[in-house]
Amino acid sequence: MPRTIIEPQFTIEHLSILDADGNLDSALEPPIPPEELKRLYRAMLLGRRFDERMLRLQRQGRIGTFAPIKGQEAAQLGSVANLRRTDWMVPSFRETASMLWRGWPMEKILLFFAGYLEGGQPAPDQRDLPVCIPVATQLPHAVGLAYAAQYRGDDAVVMVYCGDGATSEGDFHEAMNFAGVWHVPVVFVVQNNQWAISIPLKKQTNSRTIAQKALAYGFPGVQVDGNDVLAVHVASREAVARARAGEGPTLIECVTYRLGMHTTSDDPTKYRSAEEVAAWERKDPLTRFTTYMQKRGLLEAGLEEQVDEEIARAVRAFEATPAVDPLVMFDHAYRNLSPALAAQRAEMQARLAQAPAEGAAAAAAPSASGDGEAAPVSESPPMRGQRRPWRS
Amino acid sequence: MAKLNMVKALNLALLQEMERDPDVLVIGEDVGVDGGVFRVTEDLHRKFGSNRVMDSPLAEAAIIGASVGMALYGLKPVCEIQFSGFAFQCFHQIENHAARYRMRTQGRFGCQMVMRMPYGGGVRALEHHSESEEQFYAHIPGLKMVIPSGPRNARALLASAIRDPDPVIFFEAKALYHAAKEDVPDEIETMEIGRAQVDRPGKDLTLVAYGAMVRVARESADRLREEDGVEVEIVDLLTISPLDRETLAASVRKTGRAVIVHEAPRSFGPGAEIAASIMEGAFLSLEAPIRRVTAHDVPFVGFARERANLPDVPRVLAACRETLKF
Repeated sequence: MPRTIIEPQFTIEHLSILDADGNLDSALEPPIPPEELKRLYRAMLLGRRFDERMLRLQRQGRIGTFAPIKGQEAAQLGSVANLRRTDWMVPSFRETASMLWRGWPMEKILLFFAGYLEGGQPAPDQRDLPVCIPVATQLPHAVGLAYAAQYRGDDAVVMVYCGDGATSEGDFHEAMNFAGVWHVPVVFVVQNNQWAISIPLKKQTNSRTIAQKALAYGFPGVQVDGNDVLAVHVASREAVARARAGEGPTLIECVTYRLGMHTTSDDPTKYRSAEEVAAWERKDPLTRFTTYMQKRGLLEAGLEEQVDEEIARAVRAFEATPAVDPLVMFDHAYRNLSPALAAQRAEMQARLAQAPAEGAAAAAAPSASGDGEAAPVSESPPMRGQRRPWRS
Repeated sequence: MAKLNMVKALNLALLQEMERDPDVLVIGEDVGVDGGVFRVTEDLHRKFGSNRVMDSPLAEAAIIGASVGMALYGLKPVCEIQFSGFAFQCFHQIENHAARYRMRTQGRFGCQMVMRMPYGGGVRALEHHSESEEQFYAHIPGLKMVIPSGPRNARALLASAIRDPDPVIFFEAKALYHAAKEDVPDEIETMEIGRAQVDRPGKDLTLVAYGAMVRVARESADRLREEDGVEVEIVDLLTISPLDRETLAASVRKTGRAVIVHEAPRSFGPGAEIAASIMEGAFLSLEAPIRRVTAHDVPFVGFARERANLPDVPRVLAACRETLKF
């Protein structure tokens, strides 16, 4: 009974085509038609500019917290560009560029981050899931979608995104395992942006790569330069083709960097150095692609102005969104309202019907009483069940 | 018409729903070749194949999570979690996603899926194989929570749960799987989810129960009639959420007294919501405080002591008698 080695040594491929200085490995350069390249470039620019605009809107209090994508445009667009309209895209919460590519209107994304669920409603024919916030929990959904596609005999492929932090979650491993066992058409795109809020990759995993995690589940994993849109495009095209051909799942690790904060509530200077950020800024995916497009003679004049105007229109449309009364919160809790929920809805409706008069009374009340304390709105009638403040 | 126990009755519901709708599929641990550890999915694998009756890897979160994905695609998965005590490993998928996709996508997608789980004690089983956790699910908006009390209503409610457009947690009392046989019609039967049933009418006291506790309620009611000449009305909830508040209130408006029986621990359990609901709907008819007979607020006690922990006939009788003489 000797000790024998039953697993072959594995290797992980790292793919890079266009380096940080715009140097091209022409042997690997994909034959992407010029019009498609222009579309990709425009989408990258739009992703960047929209992200910057969202940050300003957030700082002005016009939208709430969101997760900026700056630096990850190539990882998102190089991958999503390989999907068909009939394929599925399952985002986590930092895939604004992928969502824009899939046809989510900017005003809807703004609406979502302004706290309105209407912004998370995919269009009737859109095969995308909305933003998913609990880390890694969207991954099993993608596997289920892929299983369903296979079950129905559709040739749809599912592309699902997560980050490096997600690879520590149980749902990541369960999803990968199910995908391998069921041999379903799913492409896992891990945007390894080096940081999960303040936790660097080396504290997240002791694996040499994230790509190699796929091997344990019986399907290929590949690592690509995630700031190289051409490399991401090539790896993703291969993975999508494999999935569509019935050859099962693939994991693509896009090595990239979050140039901004985790979310707008975070201050990354607390946990990482300016030198590190500067080093990654030199590898900016957009700069690199601009150089490439310039060399190919494909840069279009006036593109930035066009994109900015498009964003401005979307912001205006978002801000002109008419107010909808909060009763809509009862519309989609269930397909049909139970009697108890209908009663809660009726209660709110009655409250809302009273509200204008109360609002007017409150507005008319003095803002402060003589002793400097805020005055209770004592002249307005109390709501049902509400007691008047006790006065000595 | 056939005499079936609850296992066979549930199996019949699955068989018939799968025959009438190719989008219905079964997924779980050991549900295929083995037919489920309680045999509820027996033979389905042979009839429908492994693409529709899927032996999944051993991972609750992905069973529910992947089923959510299937439901989003338009399939109607019926997932089996082997014991409700293991569902905490998929609780986040249930609460974060199954319950919320309809709301999150403003009606664009919903999760038409059933999550079957054997629950409850009285079967001399290990830790995590005997608990009652219905209160966790009943508290989650977006879910429905159903617990049948016998073969016939189990079969009809499961068929309805499979057809329900919203996600349904379907608890099956292990103590009832083989407890009794009932006449179950051959033709498909459904039952409205969200409706309690007056299991037997009475005028003196309302005994509220569900699942395996309905048996305890019936025996207690028999004893009270024989020994005390008291007519107890039993309300069998069948659906925990949404709670049939009207049937509860109507019963207590008639009887003026209520005792609630459940296997789950008392504090913040279903009894609290049931009692509040009775207060709201029948306060002026109440002649006595509402009492609860439940498990105690202690973690799993070991099956050697579970009879002392779970509600039984003597405890229910005592509570009813105190309520009646108040």
